[in-house]
Amino acid sequence: MTRFLDQIRRLVRPAEPTAAEAPTIRNQAEPPVVDIAPNDPIVALFQSADGPVDVQQLGIDSPAARALKEAGVRLAVPLRSQGELIGLLNLGPRLSEQDYLLDDLKLLENLAAQVAPAVRVAQLVREQQAEAQERERMEQELQVARLIQQTLLPKNLPELPGWKIGAFYQPAQAVGGDFYDFIAFPDGYLGIVVGDVSDKGVPAALVMATTRSILRAAADRLDSPGQVLQRVNDLLHPDIPPNMFVTCLYAVLDTMSGHLYFANAGHNLPYLRTEGGVREIRATGMPLGLMPGMVYEEQRVVLEHGESVLFHSDGLVEAHNSRREMFGFPKLMGLVGSHPGGAGLIDHLLAELSSFAGPEHEQEDDITLVTLQRSSASHSKRALPEPDSVTVGNDGARVLADFEVASEPGNERAAMERVAEAVQGLAIAPSRLERLKTAVAEATMNAIEHGNKNQADLPVTIQLLASDRELAIRVTDHGGGKPIPEPEAPDLESKLDGAQTPRGWGLFLIKNMVDDMRVTSDETHHTIELVFKLEGAGDGE
Amino acid sequence: MENSHFEAAVRRREGTAIIELKGDVNAFAEETLNAAYAEATQTGPSAILLNFHNVAYINSTGIALIVGLLAQARKSQRRMFACDLSDHYREIFQITRLADFMDIFSDEASALAGAAAPAAAEN
Repeated sequence: MTRFLDQIRRLVRPAEPTAAEAPTIRNQAEPPVVDIAPNDPIVALFQSADGPVDVQQLGIDSPAARALKEAGVRLAVPLRSQGELIGLLNLGPRLSEQDYLLDDLKLLENLAAQVAPAVRVAQLVREQQAEAQERERMEQELQVARLIQQTLLPKNLPELPGWKIGAFYQPAQAVGGDFYDFIAFPDGYLGIVVGDVSDKGVPAALVMATTRSILRAAADRLDSPGQVLQRVNDLLHPDIPPNMFVTCLYAVLDTMSGHLYFANAGHNLPYLRTEGGVREIRATGMPLGLMPGMVYEEQRVVLEHGESVLFHSDGLVEAHNSRREMFGFPKLMGLVGSHPGGAGLIDHLLAELSSFAGPEHEQEDDITLVTLQRSSASHSKRALPEPDSVTVGNDGARVLADFEVASEPGNERAAMERVAEAVQGLAIAPSRLERLKTAVAEATMNAIEHGNKNQADLPVTIQLLASDRELAIRVTDHGGGKPIPEPEAPDLESKLDGAQTPRGWGLFLIKNMVDDMRVTSDETHHTIELVFKLEGAGDGE
Repeated sequence: MENSHFEAAVRRREGTAIIELKGDVNAFAEETLNAAYAEATQTGPSAILLNFHNVAYINSTGIALIVGLLAQARKSQRRMFACDLSDHYREIFQITRLADFMDIFSDEASALAGAAAPAAAEN
């Protein structure tokens, strides 16, 4: 109706000026506008009028009729296109001041019949221009929204020693309801989020942004993925629009042990690819935002070296080809199984989607893919430095002991006793044996506390190698990546004054107990090698 | 570790409070050791003697605990001594320079005699 009024307003003109007045009046800026309300009875009259209407003779009670009369309009010729009133051709009195003749009326009627389609075309062109402008404005706004949404997605992939991570995100529209996130925690833990809001476009994008913020806050405070999802669900539920929900998988990776702890709020099950094949990893839970008080099962898998996980949203498996066949889970599972995994898997899957769906394919839903792969065996425990590569020469070094202790406080004492037993046959002087024991205990304690962060299930490996000349004890933890600092003499005065913590003696003690101390690190391990000469050299007795 | 035991008993000889340590001086000893120190200082002794006769193991965390006690003692201007350390741990007290700040005696009797004398190191 607004559009109708707009048209009428543009077409209602005041009376044509008389010839004498014409030169000045034509220069007037803008003639007064006559508004015709949509419910004005004059509208129905013009709609059904059979030719020009003598305005001055109108007997109806109509504000518009009065306004037209006041504006000096004598004749109003309805312009109709396809039965719809699209405007009026308004005429003032004839210049001769005579009444309009029948011929004039016929001429005007013919003219109106010719003019109406042209006016309609002009109106449509104007409407389209206005719509195009509106569309452009909305597209610009969506572009801004898209940029904002992009800032909510990770800008960089986490770089973690021993791990390869890949991610792909493609919304079906300018903005999407899918999301993924990486949350770095201290001590080599990484949070991984993949989510999908039950809608597309702007509404989904708004819920996505909210969910992401709530999840980040919850993950910051809670360790357990199940508890994090429970918290997010309870916070999201009161605020999410009805009929919307979010599926979300939240996992925490221990990059040192390869343990992946996860909980799943109704999201697609990730695929775990191992040497034995591909399997879904499952944890049950309702999508976020549906019902308060939900509990989320928490599961754990271990990623061994070379193994990988694919997290994925609906967009890939629910893509259709021109025959309306769906890409589907079985095909995806097969592809995951036939590819070595890692970030290259994403390109492989997208290429498969492209050939499945064809060049004309229009993406139906947002697509999110995240891959996580543990590097293959080069960093495994079995790949610790070989005995002949470090200190004990290739001169018949014997392995006197090779064992592990769990990373629990106090276990360094057990390691110390085992080493002491293992060297019994080497005739080491008692004072040197005491030094050796202290060095082993301190190196093991350092590995438990600093390398393995007291995680009981991470072992400390202790190897004892003896040649004729020397004894090497290798203490290895899972704290690779960050080098072990150089031992420095602690500043005892500062410690006694309270300016420094009283702690920090371990590496200093080790260095003072041994003939040599060497530290090697790779991406996943530290090894402290303690060297004792066996020929009496360096024995301070 | 479950089999890590530590006990600390406080005795007094004149102006000296003796803390007799028994077991492993490591992280597990912290609470007991600090409680013993608090007990020892209740009567305002001028000196504290740590008796290590029944200690077979001190690790770097234990060293840190002793540094902490020594810092407290110095703050309240109490002398601190140690006695009955094994040769190995006496060496460690020297390497760590703890021996620069607390006199080390071979046994309790000489420590108490030393406590009576103005600050002088036996070693």
